[in-house]
Amino acid sequence: MSDTYHHFIPKIEIGTWVQDAVDAFVNHTETFFTGLGNGINWFVEQLVDGFTWINPFVFIIIVAAIAFWRSGWGVAIFSLVGLWFIFDLGYWPDTMQTLGLILTAIIISIIIGIPFGIWIGLSDAAKNIITPILDFMQTMPAFVYLIPVLFLFGTGMAPGVVATVIFSMPPTIRMAGLGIRQVPEDLIEASEAFGSTTSQKLFKVQLPLAMKTIMAGINQSIMLALSMVVIASLVAAPGLGAKVYLAVTQLRLDIGVESGLAIVIIAIVLDRITQNTRKNKS
Amino acid sequence: MDKIEVRSVTKVFGKNPKRGVELLNQGLTKSDILHKTGMTVGVNQASFSIKDGEIFVIMGLSGSGKSTLVRLLNRLIEPTSGTVLIDGKDVTKMNKQELRNTRRNKMSMVFQRFALFPHRTILANTEYGLEVQKIPKEERHQKAMEALELVGLKGYEDKKPGELSGGMQQRVGLARALANDADVLLMDEAFSALDPLIRKDMQDELLDLQSKMQKTIVFITHDLDEALRIGDRIVLMKDGGVVQIGTPEEILMNPANRYVEQFVEDVDVTKVFTAEHVMKRPETIEVSRGLRVAMKIMKDEGVSTVYAIDKNKKFLGILYGDEAARAAEQGLKIQDVLKQVETVRLDTLLMDMFEVISGSSVPIPVVDEEGRLRGIVKRSAIIDVMADSSEVLNGDGVTK
Repeated sequence: MSDTYHHFIPKIEIGTWVQDAVDAFVNHTETFFTGLGNGINWFVEQLVDGFTWINPFVFIIIVAAIAFWRSGWGVAIFSLVGLWFIFDLGYWPDTMQTLGLILTAIIISIIIGIPFGIWIGLSDAAKNIITPILDFMQTMPAFVYLIPVLFLFGTGMAPGVVATVIFSMPPTIRMAGLGIRQVPEDLIEASEAFGSTTSQKLFKVQLPLAMKTIMAGINQSIMLALSMVVIASLVAAPGLGAKVYLAVTQLRLDIGVESGLAIVIIAIVLDRITQNTRKNKS
Repeated sequence: MDKIEVRSVTKVFGKNPKRGVELLNQGLTKSDILHKTGMTVGVNQASFSIKDGEIFVIMGLSGSGKSTLVRLLNRLIEPTSGTVLIDGKDVTKMNKQELRNTRRNKMSMVFQRFALFPHRTILANTEYGLEVQKIPKEERHQKAMEALELVGLKGYEDKKPGELSGGMQQRVGLARALANDADVLLMDEAFSALDPLIRKDMQDELLDLQSKMQKTIVFITHDLDEALRIGDRIVLMKDGGVVQIGTPEEILMNPANRYVEQFVEDVDVTKVFTAEHVMKRPETIEVSRGLRVAMKIMKDEGVSTVYAIDKNKKFLGILYGDEAARAAEQGLKIQDVLKQVETVRLDTLLMDMFEVISGSSVPIPVVDEEGRLRGIVKRSAIIDVMADSSEVLNGDGVTK
């Protein structure tokens, strides 16, 4: 049947075409992505080296101090006890790896996400194009990102960071756009009426007034990045996620609970620090 | 000299504004166009000119297009057609850079809801217009402080807008506009969000500032009392079109149509009209002409009092009929039997005359700066004005 059919009409070779296209893409961009991957790896390494170079107790005190500055006594004490607990359990190096991964992912999210956020805040056309892409990025199961990322970056820290960025960036973009759009119309008018250029309007009025919303977006991105930690370990990204993965594959409940708790503690500390619950004056 | 000239400016909001302009030119009304095309006419072929140094009030109810109109002047809203000339330059044809310079140096704006930047201090708000011009820090601090001092907010420069009351916030809005030292102030319902007492203070203060600075002020309001109080000239708008342009008196005395009439009906005329508007010609006697003449005038005109003046028309006092008769018997002169009464000035508001007039049994003399008698105000005239302004005002006997 199929033979007689294909005698008249040729088969649509979509599988081969996609394969060829991907091969061609990977071949042509190999140097670029390898370079990018190396760059990411190098950056995370620097961070992790820096973190581990600092004496854990000094590190804990620094974090507690930041927590006090941002949120007050409660969070400072929680950070102190929580981080000491992680150290006590023996997960300090893994925690530093995870922090390095998340921090890198968030920095990249901010560098890429804020400009896009401003863009969708200012342009309806950009909003209409980018919003569905963001929906796609957030609803697509996070595991799926691992496939193309594996193609391009191989295994290790870099693909983990890239997958984390893709999954955690949307809130930063969305909230930045929302923040820009929420600036009251009469303030925009005032800024224009006094002869501001477009960039003066952006930097002197829109961005400062959107800052709270933008920070809320970054906070959400950090939380999403933490939720990617375990998934990223599937492409051999090291850190607390790898420990959880190990616990699952070897049915080690003890490791699972300990590393899981460590992730929760890190999540709470980062959340409280970036949420800035101590209300600014005015 | 005309500072701003607006020629047939139209703004149509909608999908095909040019078509809207064509329809307007064919004589269709705002509501016709809304029904036919779904487009909204913001401003309909408005033309007027604003003189250098005057307070020009654009007045209308909400939806009359007044706020749109003021934004067409500095192109916060792009006009669909027409031209706006400022110092002879066409704002509608300016490129971005020229427009920015015009906004920076020629026109500054005060907003209804103040539109202060909440993240900046009062000083930083005030110097915003200078900051975007990249004026050195020292200089803009100094200018901003001067502006703040002018509106009476010295000492508040480090506060944030949220810490100030509404009236104070709008002073900051005013200071921000003044710091630029622009010739033209656009004030969009600047005092409408303030409560009545503070609003009145701000109006007084604006008039006070204006007497020092001689800016050209375009003032938008929906409040006729405010318009009459501060406006040198008023343009009345309805459905985006100009209904009438004139001085406050002109609008009150000669409403262009039924719409304006209805508008001015509820005005408290005693706060607008002055003695000059309601005074009548008095029976006078120049004192050197003697008692006999005075008594003859009283008899001929059927009045019991005449107003005595000297050769320069200076008001001397009132001569009563019975006093005149007594003086004639005793051989006295007019000067000896004159009664002194309170006088009012030409520009005394009716509302300020109530006390004087209720304490007087005769019409009140109205005098000018040199004390010359210009007219008299009868009690009935004030009551008539309050009962129906337009009829009395077209009445007789006003000595000019």
